Amino acid sequence: MMTSLVACDNSFMIKSLYSFRIPGIDYDFSINTTHVAMLLVSLFILIMAIIARIKINKANASDTPGFFQNVIELIVEMLGSMVDGIMGKNANKFVNYITTLFIFIIISNIAGLFGLRPPTADYGVTLALGLITFVLVQFNGIKKNRGKHFTALFQPIWFLFPINLIGEFAVPLSLSLRLFGNVMSGTVLMGLIYDLLGPYTVAYPSVLHAYFDLFSGCIQAYVFSMLTMVYVNDKIAD
Amino acid sequence: MNISGQEFIQAMSAIGAGIAMIAGVGPGVGQGIAAGHGASAVGRNPGAKSDITSTMLLGQAVAETTGLYGFAVAIILMFVQPFKG
Repeated sequence: MMTSLVACDNSFMIKSLYSFRIPGIDYDFSINTTHVAMLLVSLFILIMAIIARIKINKANASDTPGFFQNVIELIVEMLGSMVDGIMGKNANKFVNYITTLFIFIIISNIAGLFGLRPPTADYGVTLALGLITFVLVQFNGIKKNRGKHFTALFQPIWFLFPINLIGEFAVPLSLSLRLFGNVMSGTVLMGLIYDLLGPYTVAYPSVLHAYFDLFSGCIQAYVFSMLTMVYVNDKIAD
Repeated sequence: MNISGQEFIQAMSAIGAGIAMIAGVGPGVGQGIAAGHGASAVGRNPGAKSDITSTMLLGQAVAETTGLYGFAVAIILMFVQPFKG
């Protein structure tokens, strides 16, 4: 295979860790860094959720809550009020999904702090998240408005139909590209900064991690869940 | 010095990636304007700080999209190399 001049073997690319073949299919399947990182993130969230469930079951109304329970209550209350503020009376139907989405994206984005390659820096992951939002929006629109959901595409005047159609399909594309672009640019920049001084890299990337992973990651998780809520609310509002 | 077709394509891909990142100018200006107006709004009405901040961040994130399209094009030109032939 020809080595490329532009794309040298940088640490921020997706790497194949183990490749295998399924008999009858002429394609190299591989387990790559995204799969491993996503599995670790999912396991972390699962374990935290189980611990939280056990803690909440054991909790007594008369006891003083411990540190962990306080944090869990803070997170649940914060996300609950965020969904409530946008969706109003429909909040109960969507609070579970939006909370899951927010926690998954935020843990994925800050996975770069723990030496993993963030799963959201893979377009396969963010496109899937964007398509889930697209299906959610369309399903709720059809459920609420029936035929009007489709006639709304011709709304102001019939010849605007192509533009309205593109507007509908741009939703998952722009959502997924926004998340992917932000996390990927952070990952690329961190990779370049780590390569900058080679063996003399001491401590200074940690300051940049605070911006590219923590700040950017939290903002993007907020924006993704916020926009999902806005799009869904747009369809089901009276 | 002889430049093969393959090397020429790679060099042009690198230049194209650099040109694609000029798209980063627009979102920078737009986000700056949004942040400036957000700051002046907080100055006028400090009580509504949290509402203003969340609206500003949402608007900035939407404004950022075009810049990220440019970034996606640059990444594709650099690492996926669709014109490699």
